[in-house]
Amino acid sequence: MAKLILSMDGLVLKEIPLNKERLSIGRKPHNDIQIDNLAISGDHAVVVTILADSFLEDLNSTNGTLVNGQPIKKHFLRNNDIIELGKYKLKYLADLQASVAASDFERNAAIRSGQLKMPSELQLEPGDTITRSSVGLSSVPKPPSPLPGAAIQLLNGPNAGKELELTKTLTTLGKPGLQVAVIAKRPHGFFITHVEGRQFPVVNGRSLDAQAYPLGDHDVIEIAGIKMEFFLKG
Amino acid sequence: MRRNAFPQVLGHGRQPAFCFVTDWFFRKIAQVIAENCLEIAVSTDPGVIRSHNEDSVFADARLGLAILADGMGGYNAGEVASGMATTRLAADLERVISSTALQSACREGDTATIERHLLNEVSAANFAVFHAAAGSSRYAGMGTTLVLAWFHNNRMTVAHVGDSRLYRLRDEEFALLTRDHSLLQEQLDSGMITPEEARYSGNKNLVTRALGVDPVVDVEIASFDVSPGDIVLLCSDGLNDMVEDEEIALALRTLGGNLQLAADHLVQLANDNGGRDNVSVILIKVRDDFAAGRNWWQRVRDMLK
Repeated sequence: MAKLILSMDGLVLKEIPLNKERLSIGRKPHNDIQIDNLAISGDHAVVVTILADSFLEDLNSTNGTLVNGQPIKKHFLRNNDIIELGKYKLKYLADLQASVAASDFERNAAIRSGQLKMPSELQLEPGDTITRSSVGLSSVPKPPSPLPGAAIQLLNGPNAGKELELTKTLTTLGKPGLQVAVIAKRPHGFFITHVEGRQFPVVNGRSLDAQAYPLGDHDVIEIAGIKMEFFLKG
Repeated sequence: MRRNAFPQVLGHGRQPAFCFVTDWFFRKIAQVIAENCLEIAVSTDPGVIRSHNEDSVFADARLGLAILADGMGGYNAGEVASGMATTRLAADLERVISSTALQSACREGDTATIERHLLNEVSAANFAVFHAAAGSSRYAGMGTTLVLAWFHNNRMTVAHVGDSRLYRLRDEEFALLTRDHSLLQEQLDSGMITPEEARYSGNKNLVTRALGVDPVVDVEIASFDVSPGDIVLLCSDGLNDMVEDEEIALALRTLGGNLQLAADHLVQLANDNGGRDNVSVILIKVRDDFAAGRNWWQRVRDMLK
């Protein structure tokens, strides 16, 4: 379960599990987190939790709510966000196990879709949804791999000497309709594959087949009569 | 007298024999045209982490039909649900597509009739999965997403349930033509969450509609025009959760000349990025105009040349 750590001046005051759908923060006693300080409004902010996601909303408080130093009205909470209300700080810790648990959820898979709520109602009651088979771990796309850069340099033809950086995941070479090959940039290297045309690419004097071929530093590629050298950078 | 469920559609009454001959003829023509005008490639993979593939795919250029389903449920129930939906729909739709009613609706551009027929078949498949789930404790709670496209007369009719998607690449424009039936999509629609925040949401994989979960299902259906050069992509969320839309579009633009390579490359991209789910893609490239009826004789002659 995700939680908030309440602190002031670096002193931890309280740990609050986000086990409610709607957790209110304010000076008045009816709030889930009551902070008896004049800088805090009576009803200051609220944290709405919907399954694995939590949202923070400022309830038009007098002194405002900051997240990571920026004033917010509504904010989608991310792991380690720091919420500031007056002198008080709340650190949001996402539950990284949560989505692992979601795969157990899978067993309960189909809860009646007929009972599904509209998004507005979901704020009040995040009950019934169908959990799709998931391996857990949020599916955020990976950051670009630390693969060294690479480029090709043309060795003959009118543009001899010209360099082409292989920055995209796919770079095409050749002449459409005649012969086309592609260099794919993958996490573990660069691969050349034949795309279309009767002729297959030639690497270091040997003709390739339909399979992808892993390129090595200083390999010489020949496509549609043009020779080029592949080399790694940095 | 036997009554059909849809007398307004199927009840043609008595027809002279030559009508059947012309129907047969038009049907054959339509098949030949579709087969020559559509190129299809399919690729499916369990991904890097999971051992089972709960996705099911079906594609047939002759019928101009593509179906993709992503199953869910414990043990092998997900595979059963998606397999059942795909197999059943493929068989039923083959029959419906070759029916006189649909062929003539197709020639007349009667989209409403076409959509009603497709809807009918999806509803039947839904009930079949629901019935199987209710009949066995092993399959209790199983369900599946669905996206299907039928190409006819320079158009495609698309039906979907859940978060499997259909995209169309036309020239430089790569567009998502379906809208996920998912919690995240509802949150996006209501403005609760921005697209940027959605990338980090822990609530992916939550669908709000699925086939086989209830005795009736709300199917979203729509028709779109297609033109030569278009590439249509049907995929399970294993692709679009792992690979950004721009990367998908780049792959289609770059590898469109070799459709199977493009399909395999998309699966590979998803796996290179972690492959946390099953991933399936169906690619359909529209090679040529496939208007029904119009110039068909010219067309057949061109093909025979």
